[in-house]
Amino acid sequence: MNDILQIVIKRLGLGLITLLVVSIIIFGAVEMLPGDLAQAVLGQSATEESVAAMRSNLGLDRSAPVRYFEWLGNAVTGDFGVSLINGKQVSELIGGRFANTLFLAIYAAVLAVPIAIGLGILAALFRNSVFDRVANVATLTAISSPEFFVGYILVLFLAVKNPWFPAIASISDDMLFWDKLHRMFLPALTLVLVVTAHMMRMTRAAIISLLASPYIEMARLKGVPQRKIITHHALPNALAPVINVVALNLAYLITGVVLVEVVFVYPGIGQLLVDSVSKRDFAVVTACCLIFAATFIVLNLLADIGSILTNPRLRHPK
Amino acid sequence: MNSFIIGYFALLIGASCVSVYYKHRTAFLLLFSLTLASFIVGLIGGEAALWRITVAAGIIAAAAGIAYSFREFLTITLPRNAAKEIKTAPLTATFGLFMIMIYMVAAVFAPIIAPFGQAEIVGAAFAPADETMLLGGDQLGRDMFSRLIYGARNTVGLALVTTILAFVGGTSLGLLAATKGGFIDQALSRTVDVFMSIPSLIFSLLLLSIFGTNIVVLTLVIAFLYVPPVFRLARAVAGNIVVMDYIEAAKLRGEGSWHLILREILPNAAAPLIAEFGLRFCFVFLLISGLSFLGLGLQPPTADWGSMVRENSTLISFGEIVPLIPAAAIALLTVSGNFVVDWMLYRSSGLKK
Repeated sequence: MNDILQIVIKRLGLGLITLLVVSIIIFGAVEMLPGDLAQAVLGQSATEESVAAMRSNLGLDRSAPVRYFEWLGNAVTGDFGVSLINGKQVSELIGGRFANTLFLAIYAAVLAVPIAIGLGILAALFRNSVFDRVANVATLTAISSPEFFVGYILVLFLAVKNPWFPAIASISDDMLFWDKLHRMFLPALTLVLVVTAHMMRMTRAAIISLLASPYIEMARLKGVPQRKIITHHALPNALAPVINVVALNLAYLITGVVLVEVVFVYPGIGQLLVDSVSKRDFAVVTACCLIFAATFIVLNLLADIGSILTNPRLRHPK
Repeated sequence: MNSFIIGYFALLIGASCVSVYYKHRTAFLLLFSLTLASFIVGLIGGEAALWRITVAAGIIAAAAGIAYSFREFLTITLPRNAAKEIKTAPLTATFGLFMIMIYMVAAVFAPIIAPFGQAEIVGAAFAPADETMLLGGDQLGRDMFSRLIYGARNTVGLALVTTILAFVGGTSLGLLAATKGGFIDQALSRTVDVFMSIPSLIFSLLLLSIFGTNIVVLTLVIAFLYVPPVFRLARAVAGNIVVMDYIEAAKLRGEGSWHLILREILPNAAAPLIAEFGLRFCFVFLLISGLSFLGLGLQPPTADWGSMVRENSTLISFGEIVPLIPAAAIALLTVSGNFVVDWMLYRSSGLKK
């Protein structure tokens, strides 16, 4: 048990270092602004005095490393500074929106994961059948479509031609839970379609490579019935790759959310990020990027740890 | 019961019987499940729903027909070795090749095909489709059809240039890392690990907000973002080749690492790299369309599929499908690319059972 803990801690440490380096990259990217932050925000026409005032306001007169550690220290405690455009606390802008985005992602994941794994296992078991081929073409098509295409098709058919669901997913905190779910159905469905396709293909590939392993062949040769091979040998061992697939796809979901939120005008962090990019509000942009990157890294980390825990062979790296 | 419904079911059941008689199990399963599904759909949706199924089946059949004839055409016209490969290609792959060819023609001959210029205002805003404007007008009264054709040149061209840049960068670094090994390999691999842990859409949003959204910046930023995955693949592929005996022999001959990379490793790594190129192109293309949908890609008045969808998206709430056509163009090209890549990966992976 001890060695598992050690490996997990090592992996966590590695994740933490990655996160730290990513934060340096994000901070460094803003430092690479032509001119500096104050000039970029105020634009070409700003007077010398206002730029200087902004500079001292933002603390730009101090050296970059000092500002980096200050920024990072504040970010860890949830303080991302103030917006450069409207002077509001960034954490205030992000707080509720981040919860909304997570809610949307979880909603989509709850629908997508069982469907994708079920269909993926079926496609692997009935490889090269009609079902598998149709599923292959369908999932490839879904993967290849941009999220906004899927989203608008759903709007056209499920909101405009048949007004079953609202085309704009505006939600607020005082709404009933079911009401929220109904309003968020189309963005969730868009994400489900795209993510299910990815997840299903990866599940299928994982199971197929598992079915090709020697112990499955051994079981088949000693005369174990097909059904029993699957329930006793294949599925228990499929857990590790499937956990990996799910976590990787949840990470994908987190970024796919940006486009979907814009299509459905959903009040999430992705929408905020896009708005802030066009307004060049760097305080908000860096905060959003940091949050997205951290979520992405944590999910990838979970994928790794999950597969280490479920696969004894990975506990003893060569 | 009108003649359409009777004919519809008679045709399906007849075709099912024929496929059973000739022992085409797959075809029978498909046809008969379609028949059963049509019963239910017909009961719920009535004749209109059955019409839609007929149209969809017709489109699929037409696509299959095009793919089949195009494969035969290629088998006959291409030189013998290539023809042999094409002959065993699945229909999806030849369909993909055919569609890619169409896009290339549209991109190259855009000014000849398009009736109007991409920035030319022809009629009223959101004008309905007529003889002069085949797909109607956009939000400023420019011809949608012309902009669609020009979009093939702008969007696809941009994606192609970006992918080539990313590919040259990633492959050369990857091959270098694999040949040199040691410190260079470690340093490059660790750097790439970090960059891979930032989601590419998020990272590109950050970089574009900093450097602005002109076309050069856009190309460089996206190319930069796709260097890491290409690097990883190139390094992994080359890693398997570097340990081969003929590389050892070349080293003993005293060849420099430039010769090793270009003459010994690259030709042997070509097949997986070409498949990777197709795959990356699809990803880059989707990312660029996503960015331009967000208003951060090619800037107006340049015609670009992603921004065309966004600019005309209000039409969707009136039940118009015109704004979806550029999006469909994006999807169709990516699907075609993926079909071809799928086939190439299948060939090179040896999963031929």
